[in-house]
Amino acid sequence: MERTEKETTYQETRRVQKGDFAAAGQISASYKNMLKRLGVDSKVVRRLAIASYEAEINLAIHTLGGSMTIIVYPDHIFLVVEDTGPGIADIALAMQEGYSTAPEEVRMLGFGAGMGLPNMKRCSDTFEITSELGSGTTIRMGFNLLN
Amino acid sequence: MNVAKLMEPLELDLLTPETDLTREVTGGCVCDLLSFVMARGEAGMAWITVQTHLNVIAVASLHEFSCVIVAEGCAVEPETLAKAAEEGIPVLRSALSEYILSGRLYALGVR
Ligand SMILES: Nc1ncnc2c1ncn2[C@@H]1O[C@H](COP(=O)(O)OP(=O)(O)OP(=O)(O)O)[C@@H](O)[C@H]1O
Ligand SMILES: [Mg+2]
Repeated sequence: MERTEKETTYQETRRVQKGDFAAAGQISASYKNMLKRLGVDSKVVRRLAIASYEAEINLAIHTLGGSMTIIVYPDHIFLVVEDTGPGIADIALAMQEGYSTAPEEVRMLGFGAGMGLPNMKRCSDTFEITSELGSGTTIRMGFNLLN
Repeated sequence: MNVAKLMEPLELDLLTPETDLTREVTGGCVCDLLSFVMARGEAGMAWITVQTHLNVIAVASLHEFSCVIVAEGCAVEPETLAKAAEEGIPVLRSALSEYILSGRLYALGVR
């Protein structure tokens, strides 16, 4: 599905630093406000905010850092989450509810239920994850605006 | 039922004086795992937890919870309260346990 630049309503990329828990949630909150302003259906806004929050937190906890890109088209939204490592060895395992390698210090904060990736999948209309050990992980989520 | 009406029965102290206590409480949630709350949360819930860091407010705000109730008299960082004030999420605290708090909330008719 090729798209032309003209159709893009809005596009923005923001970085998430490794270990930056204090900032985690800010990107999702800004998406939520922006999409509300654009008049996007509140249920879709909610699903996207949940998925992006989980993605943002995962970047802070599990990766060396990464970025989140939101691309808004008239009829759908893409959220692309990329990081620079360490990658996921077994994606099927990582996708299982309850599987987590979160270290003890973040478990103390209530992270590490192993629900983040399943939450992202449940909240998005399309979900793709690719990963290469040593180089990084990319998650692409799509959200339909018309149906 | 609004947040103000929970104060006495749940023995709550308000930690964010500038927030709106007329917010409707339409449900409850007792959980200390953030992803569970992300998955199960619904707008209007009063969230009872012993977690007190900044991300609690991020989750509460994304879900548009009516308030956060900190159980067991846990200490709450000033940054958390500042963020709560900014997001307009009332944060209240009680010396009671999560178990007792949820029982009292339920008894008040919040389902
Ligand atoms: N971007 C990533 N890079 C490397 N590993 C990842 C990445 N995202 C997830 N993982 C791995 O997949 C596991 C499951 O992720 P998921 O978000 O479902 O749970 P969690 O982050 O451990 O806990 P929760 O999200 O419930 O707080 C993680 O513990 C981690 O091992
Ligand atoms: Mg996670």
